[in-house]
Amino acid sequence: MRGLLACGAYVPYARLDRTSVAEALGVPAGSGTRAVASYDEDTTSMGVEAARAALRGARATPEVLYFATSDPAYLDKTNATAIHAALDLPPSTMAVDMGGAVRSAAGVLRAALDARGPALAVLSDLRTGLPGGADEREGGDAAVALLLGEGDVLAEPIGHASLTAEFLDRWRVPGESYSRQWEERFGEFAYVPLGERALIDALKEAGVTAQAVDHLIVAGPHGRSNKRVAASAGVRKEALVDDRTGVIGNTGAAHAGLLLADVLDRARPDQVVAVVSLADGADVTIWRTTAALGARRGRGAVAAQLASPGRVAYATFLTWRGFIRREPPRRPDPQPPDAPAAARAEAWKYAFTGSRCQACGARHVPPQRVCVKCHAIDRMAPERMSDVPASIATFTVDRLAYSMSPPVVVAVVDFEGGGRFQCEMTDVDPKSVKIGDRVELTFRRLYTAGGIYNYFWKARPIRGGQG
Amino acid sequence: MASNGIRDRVAIVGMGCTKFAEHWDKSASDLLVDATKEATASAGIDLKAVDAFWLGTLFSGQSGLTLSRPLKIDYKPVSRLENYCATGSEAFRNACYAVASGAYDVAMAIGVEKLKDSGFSGLPNSNSVGDGTRAGLTAPATFSLLAPAYGKKYGVSNEQLKEVMTRIAWKNHKNGALNPRAQFRKEVPKDTIACSPLVAGPLGIFDCSGVSDGSAAAIIVRAEDAHRYTDRPLYVKALSFVAGPAAGPIDPDYDYTTFPEVVASAADAYAQAGIKDARQELAMAEVHDCFTPTELVLMEDLGFAARGTGWKDVLAGTFDLEGELAVNPDGGLKSFGHPIGASGLRMLFECWLQLRGEAGARQIASVARGRTLALTHNLGGAPGECVSFVSVVGSERS
Repeated sequence: MRGLLACGAYVPYARLDRTSVAEALGVPAGSGTRAVASYDEDTTSMGVEAARAALRGARATPEVLYFATSDPAYLDKTNATAIHAALDLPPSTMAVDMGGAVRSAAGVLRAALDARGPALAVLSDLRTGLPGGADEREGGDAAVALLLGEGDVLAEPIGHASLTAEFLDRWRVPGESYSRQWEERFGEFAYVPLGERALIDALKEAGVTAQAVDHLIVAGPHGRSNKRVAASAGVRKEALVDDRTGVIGNTGAAHAGLLLADVLDRARPDQVVAVVSLADGADVTIWRTTAALGARRGRGAVAAQLASPGRVAYATFLTWRGFIRREPPRRPDPQPPDAPAAARAEAWKYAFTGSRCQACGARHVPPQRVCVKCHAIDRMAPERMSDVPASIATFTVDRLAYSMSPPVVVAVVDFEGGGRFQCEMTDVDPKSVKIGDRVELTFRRLYTAGGIYNYFWKARPIRGGQG
Repeated sequence: MASNGIRDRVAIVGMGCTKFAEHWDKSASDLLVDATKEATASAGIDLKAVDAFWLGTLFSGQSGLTLSRPLKIDYKPVSRLENYCATGSEAFRNACYAVASGAYDVAMAIGVEKLKDSGFSGLPNSNSVGDGTRAGLTAPATFSLLAPAYGKKYGVSNEQLKEVMTRIAWKNHKNGALNPRAQFRKEVPKDTIACSPLVAGPLGIFDCSGVSDGSAAAIIVRAEDAHRYTDRPLYVKALSFVAGPAAGPIDPDYDYTTFPEVVASAADAYAQAGIKDARQELAMAEVHDCFTPTELVLMEDLGFAARGTGWKDVLAGTFDLEGELAVNPDGGLKSFGHPIGASGLRMLFECWLQLRGEAGARQIASVARGRTLALTHNLGGAPGECVSFVSVVGSERS
């Protein structure tokens, strides 16, 4: 049986209070919060985090990786290859981007379902708009990864329908930092009939009635249409799924998948989950959960990531998104990494692979050729360290170093089972750091220089209830 | 390992040192000419009498031409070298060995750094970032890692530690105020130091050494020739330089409360000089107080205080100008300033003045009471990954 083998979600740490936008700009107050990718995150790094969660404990190795986003970090260069490298996937696993539009996510899921062998669909989005606008307020940043394949699946697809239509609801010209939208009611006119019809078709193919649906997910960039399609679907009231936009916002290409992961965290075996995605058409998949769900529930733990103590001030948010250009410190500009050096160090830089001395067992982070303990030469075996927890040996708060979001917190961390590394910390309150604090690694974009994103790992306080 | 040393085989017979300052009106070449003029005059020689040169600079020029061009040195050996912040000491060490070997009769070691032209706060970056995976810490941040680790290991509270750091800065500013060549010539109240804006960890701006321009030079000859140049030469008793394996940042056994490289170079230097108890035998020490926690840790690494007790000695005034062992009587990196390539030679310059009784208002009393030895300590890098240099010089040939 081909279906969903595992899923993992990533919601960034920071939240923006919508009232803070209203206070700063004097626009009508929104309520709730939205999730905000930190200054050191992009759709690629968030995709890595979601994919790590999905693959943690999974038995299958993806033979193909599809990456969907409306906000690719690079153009002309594949972003999925960085995710591929961070996951330490074999070179024979193909990694491709399907980027540009929110609908790419539906395409990626379809392609992953249709693929042969295990397929990893990584859906990641970073949604923003001009200051004071609806996209800024209602958008959200997150990623989700779904592993599809044969075997002991959590859910199997039992019905599918897809309708495509050409109409102008929202669009963005390459190079622009925000999208434009036609009058909202026109989008409603276009989307609602498509969504209604696709849902009917998919339920028919699945051989279930709307009343039999236990969880209905409707997601898409057009909020009013989502609500109308959900309301007219004819499902039981308790089947209507909270779309989480009040807390994290609408996460674009990630949203439908994220809500599926959220539902699977709490769904029971043998339930029907309908997922409607409204983006330049309508794409519906009807899933039936299996008995395996009970045993492997909670891997995504979306709910645990919703409530976050992280709060970002509106001015900081605008700085992170490039809308405010701040005075840099009187320090040299950061230097881009050298491409050949980064390529030589791929296993280290992307997969955080250290080494262990085969003569004395000492661990080395980064990998070394000569053992720091016994001085044996070239007796090392590689060892991936990205999932090994660590604790802080000492730390500092660097107020002089260049950063998009000063001050820089740097910690010397000692890994469980040996090995030490000195790295930046992220998602942390500089005032709360203590020697002995436990940390875990997270894949980030350290800085951008010369148009090159310098991806590497940072430490963050261990997130509760995740993984 | 054999480290035989060259005790009493060479001597310093002349020195020069510019004022360390923001020399907006002087280039690195100007500073080199100034220091050279003073050093040769001090030795009573013409530049033509110098057979070979060692130039130390980290950022301010490459190759021997950096020195030979401004001084118009005619076809003589000029080596340019660097060893991080121990660059000036490294120039001195190599010049001493050249003379001790018999290859040359007269050598000059000179260091220079022109930092202020960069326009940056702190030091410029020197290296390519390679694969981009090293944490980009500034120098104060790397040395600030010492503070919480020291406090935790020895049960010193954050407040006590801040008091200790403040006292080190206060003492060095007090000494520097007496030094006409120092970058900062004012005493600074402890409150001002303690409340200065934070730079990294608990380090405020007054816990950091001065970024400045400057140059210093020494003329070195064989010990038996020294009295041809001066009645009061300084004999080189010990020179020790070590580079560590840089294991600290990758070895969990390193605890950020010590510089193992300093311990090793001090032990080597004390063996070469025949020193048994540094605190009792030395008249003074110039140490690498790049940041205040560094000086605290150095007091223990150099054997001036027992482990875990250095902070108490600092508070008790042991290392004050009038204390049991004066440390950084010239104001140190803290108030004299730290033009990297020049600092190691600037330290020797203070030994030169103090042991010859020429230090004026800051003259240490123990010299008159018969102490004849002085130590310089110079390091480069960061805690857990540094190079360290220790020298001992003395006014008497044993």
